[in-house]
Amino acid sequence: MTAGEVSRLSRARRSRAAAALLFSVILILAAAFFRLQVLGGGAYELQSRNNRLRPIPIPAARGAIYDRHGELLAESIPGYSLSLLPAPPDSARVTLDRLAPYLSLTPEGIEGILERRSRNPQLPVLVKDDLSFGQVAAVEERRPDFRLVVIETHPRRRYPAGATVAHVTGYVGEISEGELDSDEYVEYEAGRTVGKQGVERSYESLLAGAAGTRYVEVNARGSIVREFPSDLARAAEPGMDLTLTLDLGLQQFADSIFPEGDVGGVVALDPRTGEILLLYSNPSFDPNLFVGGISEVEWAGIRDHPRQPILNRAAAALYPPGSTWKLVLSTLGLRQGTVGIDTYMPTSCRGALQYGRRPFRCWKPEGHGPLDLSGAIKESCNVYFYQLGLRLGLDPLLSGVDELGFNQATGVDLPGEISGRFPPSRDWYDERFGRRGWTESVVLNLSIGQGETEQTLLRMAQFYSALATGESPVVPHLMQSAELEQLREDWSLDLSEAHRRELVSALTRVVNEPGGTAYWHRPREWTLAGKTGTAQNPHGEPHSLFVGFAPASDPRIVIAAIVENGHPDNQTSRAVPLASQLVSRYLRSEGVPPDRAIEAPAAIPAPIATDVEGGVQ
Amino acid sequence: MKRERALAIHGLGDPTLLGGALLLAVLGIGMIWSAGQIDLPSAVTGAWRRQLAWLVIAIVAFAIVVRVPMRWLEWATPWIYAFAIFLLLAVLVVGGGPNTRSWLRFGGFSFQPAELAKLATILLLARMLGGRKEPQARLFELWRPVAAVVVPFLLVMAQPDLGSALIFVVILISALFWARVPLFTIFMLVSPGVSLILGFSAPVWGVWFVIVVLGLYLRRSYMVEAVAVALANLAAGALATPLWNRLAPYQQRRLLVFLDPEVDPRGAGWHLIQSKVAIGSGGVTGQGFGLGPQKRLAFLPEQHTDFIFSVVGEELGLIGVLVFLLLLAWFLRRVLRVATESSHGFGSTVAFCFFAVWFAHLVINIGMTVGLMPVTGLPLPFISYGGSFLLTTFVGVALVCRVAYET
Repeated sequence: MTAGEVSRLSRARRSRAAAALLFSVILILAAAFFRLQVLGGGAYELQSRNNRLRPIPIPAARGAIYDRHGELLAESIPGYSLSLLPAPPDSARVTLDRLAPYLSLTPEGIEGILERRSRNPQLPVLVKDDLSFGQVAAVEERRPDFRLVVIETHPRRRYPAGATVAHVTGYVGEISEGELDSDEYVEYEAGRTVGKQGVERSYESLLAGAAGTRYVEVNARGSIVREFPSDLARAAEPGMDLTLTLDLGLQQFADSIFPEGDVGGVVALDPRTGEILLLYSNPSFDPNLFVGGISEVEWAGIRDHPRQPILNRAAAALYPPGSTWKLVLSTLGLRQGTVGIDTYMPTSCRGALQYGRRPFRCWKPEGHGPLDLSGAIKESCNVYFYQLGLRLGLDPLLSGVDELGFNQATGVDLPGEISGRFPPSRDWYDERFGRRGWTESVVLNLSIGQGETEQTLLRMAQFYSALATGESPVVPHLMQSAELEQLREDWSLDLSEAHRRELVSALTRVVNEPGGTAYWHRPREWTLAGKTGTAQNPHGEPHSLFVGFAPASDPRIVIAAIVENGHPDNQTSRAVPLASQLVSRYLRSEGVPPDRAIEAPAAIPAPIATDVEGGVQ
Repeated sequence: MKRERALAIHGLGDPTLLGGALLLAVLGIGMIWSAGQIDLPSAVTGAWRRQLAWLVIAIVAFAIVVRVPMRWLEWATPWIYAFAIFLLLAVLVVGGGPNTRSWLRFGGFSFQPAELAKLATILLLARMLGGRKEPQARLFELWRPVAAVVVPFLLVMAQPDLGSALIFVVILISALFWARVPLFTIFMLVSPGVSLILGFSAPVWGVWFVIVVLGLYLRRSYMVEAVAVALANLAAGALATPLWNRLAPYQQRRLLVFLDPEVDPRGAGWHLIQSKVAIGSGGVTGQGFGLGPQKRLAFLPEQHTDFIFSVVGEELGLIGVLVFLLLLAWFLRRVLRVATESSHGFGSTVAFCFFAVWFAHLVINIGMTVGLMPVTGLPLPFISYGGSFLLTTFVGVALVCRVAYET
């Protein structure tokens, strides 16, 4: 073997080694691709989709809201919204800065949007919800500058009846951070529109519907390239339409007759079912302003307005019930046998009752003279009820009122209802004023609906409903629902039918007999039964109240009205005519046959009869 | 004899080599066309036309080079090498390019001198080692080939271009291997390099050092050699960290990402993750030629150069990948056969070195797309977009054909 042959042999061996290396490496590479493409194929396919597909929520159209006659209270119409696609913070900021002049964004607004964006950086962030057509056009014309921007049609809330029903419908707005964190909104993402007040809030789950999802394909820079038809996509399910028990016509009538410039509210129920026919609060606000984000200035104007237009005076405001409370005392007195309807008190009214060293006044300085319970209700005599309260005694009064549920809310289907307030026991006074800081004389004020009692109009209407029908108290509600109509409170008047009828007839005298405190404003066709009230308060002139029902024998409507500072001395109560007209309007529209012989046209109620009209204390 | 005649007629040596190279280059242009089919405006869209123009130039170059006799080439080798080194020096002064100074431009024409340097180094090593009857067995006898490689290696590292520098190491090892230098000698030669890499982990490096010393003892190496190798390993292990700190940050990141792509999924790891997603989502049959969504939506970076094979994986699936792998393997096997069958020492070594270089490119480039290799930015021969690389590849093919012709 020569050296050359040896060299050849060794080279052939090295060649074989190289070839072996080549093929084993190719095999390893092929195996790597097999592992990735066949064994891992599904996972990477998914990752590839996640990589390039972005879910975009399709907002669901909220359900419409109708009144009891099918009149529209709230609807969803198409609006334009502008969102920013996922992008690095710098590009987002640049785009927003560029958008600012067209959408009138403030620097604070931009910061807010960027902050929301940072919470969910892979989702588009809503920039503005209610673009005008001009704004859409302005942005579309400059499309190349706004690659990160999507303009979508977006259901937009509209409240055709506006401010008149604002406290019923409430309004919608973008979900807040606090709401996002709460359990109730687990399935909501930032940027969603939710009900903020009123029925919009309480029936959010029904009205909202289910947002859909569509997928778009985006490139590595996050710009949308095209719509991606995917089996994962879901169409939005529109929300449920709601029909309310409210009567829009009645509501609008209330708005038209509510004393100009006054503050107050009215609520009306069907006493048989608890259906809320009317829930009006004045002043009000335009819920349409809130749609798509209210401007800071507008919101401040509503929030800081001295007359608090946002306050629902029918369900979320407490007032001293004044003389309307006397029926609560009467109920307690009758059911405990403390008095009968024709019981006279030892001291006749001489304009005041001396208790301890202090005189407690009646509203009528010259006094009512001797009165039985019925007459005391009719003429709203304070002196009578001071003595009734004293005769009941403080403890039975406190526990009796508590049993009638005056420390509870009605459970109406509106957010923000507040419970009535009444001292549940002596301990309450001890805690509040100290053991020696108060005397039994509190019973006198409590007897006439002053002092430590405050109730909502709705709560008083509910009590009078029970009085009107003799049934267990209904639960006031706004949504039409057989189930809600069947709901009853867990307390009852516990009053015999005879006693109840006696009270109803006393209430009838208030309105229908000369000398009754509401006589001048009686409806002509129907027998209205009710009680006036004048609530002393630290904010100025007494509030004017009226709670009543009609027709007295077969009540179809219970009404409670308040006009704040609506009963200045020597003037007529402004709540009574309001309630009277609303009752007539309702009964007429419902076709309830008149139960009174129509009187000859009476003299127009004169605002001079201060000695007839009911002021109390 | 029939085969001899065919060779003579074509003047090509092995005509299947040119055929294979052309087939691969045309498939590559197809993939470059597909790489340009994306949903964003991109310069890549027209790249296939430029590559086609370069292919024409490359064929012309092939036609010229294939006519140059080996003897002339062997004679001109030192001059070519000197010119290549000159260009490598020039590029450090006037070169341009992203992150690195690796491109020379004349007119509208840009060129990577490292490509010419690879060719020149192959020729020079073949001239030094190919003609020897007896292989050099001793380490110190190898100083000349080592020096011939170290000069361009350092110049390319200075650009810095880690990937190309690596190829010079491949050229050195393959030339020594083909010159029948004992494997242990090659082992001794490269062991300091291994120490340099392992130097980051003291325990791993310790094990390696013990292996080296044990090897030196068992093979009864010359004392001077053994001490030198041991010292070199010690020095390399100690220098690892300071040298690492001198690497460009993008190179550091690329190496780190090789170890764990999730380290930086939006930065350096992005390439690898997106490449794996693209390949994985291709499945067996692929998403369809031109239709790969990862590529279309620009998730796949460098989709026409370094990551062209990810496009193959995404769009043509495992089937396409296997076809490309088998074609490349078949082509390399032909080159290896030319090297093996050549009786011409110089030519045989040239052919083998080209085999080794292209093989290294293939392993590193394709291995990188599936995460088996670090992201070094080495193109895939014939397939990746890149004019000067295609040109030098075809010059290489011409040389291999000439070797086959002169066998």
